[in-house]
Amino acid sequence: MSKKESTFFNMIIALFVITIVAGASLGFINDITKGPKAKAKLERKVNAIKQVLPEFNNNPVEDVIMLKSDLAKDSIEIYKGTYDDQPIGTAVIGSSEKGYSGLVKIMVGFNPDESIKNIVVLEQKETPGLGTKMKGDKFLRQFRGKKPSEYNVMPTKDGGDVDALTGATITTRAFGEATQMAYDIFVETNKSKN
Amino acid sequence: MAGTITKKENFLKGVIKDNPVFVMLLGMCPALGVTSSAFNGLGMGIATLFVLLMSNIVVSLIKSQIPSKVRIPAFIIIIASFVTIVEMVLEAFIPFLYEQLGIFIPLIVVNCLILGRAEAFASKNDLLSSIVDALGMGIGFTIALTALGAVREILGSGSIFDFRFVSEDANTFILFILPPGAFIALAYLSVLFNKVSKTN
Repeated sequence: MSKKESTFFNMIIALFVITIVAGASLGFINDITKGPKAKAKLERKVNAIKQVLPEFNNNPVEDVIMLKSDLAKDSIEIYKGTYDDQPIGTAVIGSSEKGYSGLVKIMVGFNPDESIKNIVVLEQKETPGLGTKMKGDKFLRQFRGKKPSEYNVMPTKDGGDVDALTGATITTRAFGEATQMAYDIFVETNKSKN
Repeated sequence: MAGTITKKENFLKGVIKDNPVFVMLLGMCPALGVTSSAFNGLGMGIATLFVLLMSNIVVSLIKSQIPSKVRIPAFIIIIASFVTIVEMVLEAFIPFLYEQLGIFIPLIVVNCLILGRAEAFASKNDLLSSIVDALGMGIGFTIALTALGAVREILGSGSIFDFRFVSEDANTFILFILPPGAFIALAYLSVLFNKVSKTN
């Protein structure tokens, strides 16, 4: 089999054809996966909201409130759940940059009486086996049913009420901070409404 | 090279004799980076296997059309395209795995195993041998990553494929989930693998 000579013209043609074909096929695949990709993302959000709020029958993702606050860099997403138009809870996204490896992003669900219903972790890069235990039920149990106005969400080392994760005080602190932020925003929006 | 070895030898070469991870020590970045659990290792292995297979097929088909001076950029474009396809498909259909593997999916592009096979094998051999070569190497890579992930998960988290056999509070060797544990596990597995495969 004879190889194409490495002349200037041959090289340009070869690379040109390869890049055109590569570009076209990527565009084609992108078109196919665009829909499922957006759907998967949405599903993740709805699943998170389902976990932190009591049963709702509206579409909180559609009624999302984007709030600009001094507390965070990006605008904060607030999801209100209702059941037959009765408010049953609010899910607020809280975050902290002070995790052991940067950003910790959580979603906190509040009951109408301002107590925490549940928390899910959305994004984190904490140490596997140590900081990642914040996703565990044993840790999250400490927050459920508590009102952050009466229950200090910071670890006991900082004068709070939360038992820190073994070997991951920094993660616990970031988690507390994110929870507090979500609570502050939740209270803020409730005030501005009244 | 081709013709002197049978298809079976060609296949087993990738799985055992020249196992990419344990013998040739190629593709160390994902091998050490993503194998904190057996499932991650398996997912990464299969993603790599797909890219390797597709790039070997394409490179083998168009090898006579590529001038040798621009072969490396041509191979890289082909590999990068397939990696991007894998990334988009994973994000759309297996978002869980996509999040777990994170930055390591785009990094498949620079996995020297894939470029190595394109350059050393597919660009010199016919289509069928290239497919067999890619399957052998890819499966060898997948087995190695899964084994590494399994050892690290068992010792580090006390579970296997997310199936826990110790309680959530039990003390495990967290070291094995962390980067140093990857090196330690890889070293011992390589020794074991070479010892066993050389004696047979």
